[in-house]
Amino acid sequence: MVLRIIGLLVLAEAALLTLPALVSLIYGEASVWSLLITMAVCAAVGGLLVLVCRTKNKTIYARDGFVIVSLGWLTMSALGAMPFVISGEIPNYIDAFFETVSGFTTTGASIIPDLSKLSHGILFWRSFTHWVGGMGVLVFILAIIPNIADRSIHIMRAESPGPVVGKIVPRMKDTAMLLYIMYIGLTLIEVVLLLCGGLSLFESLVYSFGTAGTGGFGIRGDSIASYSPYIQWVIGVFMMLFGVNFNIYYLLLVRKLKAAFGSTELRVYLGIILASTAVIAFNIRNLYSGLPEIIRVAFFQVSSVMTTTGYSTVDFSVWPELSKGILLVLMLIGGCAGSTGGGMKVSRVVILFKSAKKEIKRLLHPRTVSYVKFEGKKLDEQVIGSVGGYFILYFALMIGVMLLLSFDSLSFEEYITGAISCFNNIGPAEGRLFGGYMDYSGFSKLVLSFAMLAGRLEIYPMLLLLLPSTWIRKGF
Amino acid sequence: MKIVLVGAGRIGSAIVANLVEEEHNITVIDKSQAAIDEITDSYDIICLNGNGADIDALKEAGAGSCRLFIACTHHDDTNMLACLLAKRLGAEHTIARIRNPENNDDGLSYICRQLDISEAINPESLAATDIFNILKFPSAENIETFSGRFELIELVLHEDSKIVGVSLADLRKNTGASFLITAIQREGITFIPRGGFELHVGDRIALTAAPKEMHKLLKKIGSLRRSAKNVMIIGAGITTLYLTKKLLDSGIGVKVIDPSREKCEEFVTMLNDPAATVICGDCASQSVLLEEGISDADAFVALTNSDEQNILISIFAMNLGVKKAVARVDRKELVQIAEKIGLDAIVSPNSSATNQIATYARALKNSEGSGIEALYKVLDETAEAIEFRVDKELPFIGVPLKEMKLKKNILIAGIIREGVPLIPVGTDSILFGDRVVVLSSGHKLGDLRDIAEE
Repeated sequence: MVLRIIGLLVLAEAALLTLPALVSLIYGEASVWSLLITMAVCAAVGGLLVLVCRTKNKTIYARDGFVIVSLGWLTMSALGAMPFVISGEIPNYIDAFFETVSGFTTTGASIIPDLSKLSHGILFWRSFTHWVGGMGVLVFILAIIPNIADRSIHIMRAESPGPVVGKIVPRMKDTAMLLYIMYIGLTLIEVVLLLCGGLSLFESLVYSFGTAGTGGFGIRGDSIASYSPYIQWVIGVFMMLFGVNFNIYYLLLVRKLKAAFGSTELRVYLGIILASTAVIAFNIRNLYSGLPEIIRVAFFQVSSVMTTTGYSTVDFSVWPELSKGILLVLMLIGGCAGSTGGGMKVSRVVILFKSAKKEIKRLLHPRTVSYVKFEGKKLDEQVIGSVGGYFILYFALMIGVMLLLSFDSLSFEEYITGAISCFNNIGPAEGRLFGGYMDYSGFSKLVLSFAMLAGRLEIYPMLLLLLPSTWIRKGF
Repeated sequence: MKIVLVGAGRIGSAIVANLVEEEHNITVIDKSQAAIDEITDSYDIICLNGNGADIDALKEAGAGSCRLFIACTHHDDTNMLACLLAKRLGAEHTIARIRNPENNDDGLSYICRQLDISEAINPESLAATDIFNILKFPSAENIETFSGRFELIELVLHEDSKIVGVSLADLRKNTGASFLITAIQREGITFIPRGGFELHVGDRIALTAAPKEMHKLLKKIGSLRRSAKNVMIIGAGITTLYLTKKLLDSGIGVKVIDPSREKCEEFVTMLNDPAATVICGDCASQSVLLEEGISDADAFVALTNSDEQNILISIFAMNLGVKKAVARVDRKELVQIAEKIGLDAIVSPNSSATNQIATYARALKNSEGSGIEALYKVLDETAEAIEFRVDKELPFIGVPLKEMKLKKNILIAGIIREGVPLIPVGTDSILFGDRVVVLSSGHKLGDLRDIAEE
């Protein structure tokens, strides 16, 4: 059953590759062949898996859900790297794999020294991986294939970010469909707005994909810096929008405005963005001229870092330490649960603070009976426990990645920010602002690829992949 | 179709399992987080933690815009209140589980009318009726009735049966066309047999006939057993209460055993009929059962709350020579195990209730009126027997059955014409105003139109 779903996943990837192949064809580029060959390989592998692994038992359990997600993402990245290698535009396979993982996990870290040398088809595929990875490919499969598995909630739980993953409507297929409809809708609006700003269709699509997935791949070496203020505003606002929990958009769609705007997570999220923008704007007031520009620059960077997109309009490495410090904290917090953003997720941070507050109260009044309230409801002790556990794993893994990176000949700052940046799916590392992971060693690139996947899939699926008990049935 | 259900207990889960298969949009409300976690993991539904009779919880679950609202908690009062509120919010149809005997007398229809409840379900009473039918007809494992004119019974073929080894075509020739073997379950697979099919020992068959033919028929094929005269029941719950009333009314002696004195006393008070013997004793103890004369009983019914206990004691009773043992088993996976070890009469309040709700939901789904009169899941829920009213134009009206192109695994098991049951042969045809009993396996029929190929 696990392999069958992975087969379906690979087939879906083959279908998704038609878009970049089409782009390549329109521009009359040679890279079309590399895309077509990859499509054929994906179709063959996927078709084989689906045909061979037929089973009557459609039930999947929690363990299967995790394995499907982690193996699925690895397979997809491994195959998705093929066009880069075959076309010769990224000759080294490890580099190509890193680039693809960075795409699917919506990190946006890049090893490409000069973007202008890439063909349109390959650039499109690179950005398209952001869009696909943002909402999740398995969710996409759940949306289009009816009754794929019993208990398919386990797949969605393993792929979607957030401490509590629930459906928005009773049926899984409808939920997945709705999520994708909202996702496509928002993306289209952005494309249209960017077109209005004078961008070509190709550019609009690439930047919309980059924003929608909160990824950060672009087509210019200097990110968004050379685009007009209008474009910067559009991208800045949309980054913020894609960092919002999609359940909120559903509530807006069904006109439950009170529930939508009453959401604690949304309020905290917007509050953090507003406050950080204000502080940073004040902090950098001497670096730029004119209030509109200061606000635009500050807002864009806050929105970009908080949603873990990683676009930038200016070189913020020259900013004062306070601003850089705030940005670092925002990186760790990340977007809302159920959005396309990475990081710890706002809801986890809120829950952690609330349970800390409860603990303090308990210290002062040892006999107190209290509970943590979140989104208007009493929070299960179990959820609080799992958030705490996640928090510990999150830091443990980040430190582990840092240690592994320290084998490489990098500066102290480089490997710390590299680890944070990749693990939180942000992309650019401090000191190497615009992309720039080309001179990391192959080993470091693999470690970072793992970190990116762990960050996007929220640790557990990737961690379970490493545990022997996942593979050995005997002894449970 | 949007359905809201309150109460994710045993009955609630069974109903959900059934409705999910029919691809409805289901929202479940329950007070217990543990019950919710269990049910969300298992089925494709959405759950809400809350009180089903709380207006905010009902609003959040969308009870105001649902087609069907079902309240099946343990408490009649909660169910009635939940249904009333849901109806006021705008739910189209409401079904309440009302199981207490004091609510189920003549006052029931008054309650339903006043609270605007579309249908009341009483799983315990339904189960009691099922058991009663089996005890009246001990040869059968299960009996379903269509408009009182047709019966479908399930039998397991034993060595002494005269029809083992006979092909269906021969059987029909020898016995005259007074009955129809509609479906066979062999080694867990259910199919609709053709004429050349030969019956084996151990086959579970479903056959339809008119009620008055049934007795003769069973005698002819050598499966007739005398109906019970003395019944021993363990477990003094609500199902037992309903069952005891029915048995006493038709002159059958009843002995009820339950370990709890409190329950026994409550039972006696509610029954209000000294004809029944109620024993307070450990019903799991063999010596108690022997002392109370289990070996002299014609039939034994196990209705305690524990599936395992019911199965084990029923087998003990059968080993002592009790001719018919009926056990209440709620968990689906245990039903199959119990059948494997030789217990063939199994009853569950859950399945009786799900049958009734499935009928209701199926009828609602077809907006123009499906004409479904009754729906039963038979042969371990692997096949469905549905009675349709023919009250609209259909392309195959008047076409002889042998010329009709039916879909695979569908059989016309009987026609009721002007109140007269008819076992159909190839030259018969469906006419306007008939009632048609269709047996199908692997389909979810909602309309009589769907039985024929396009």
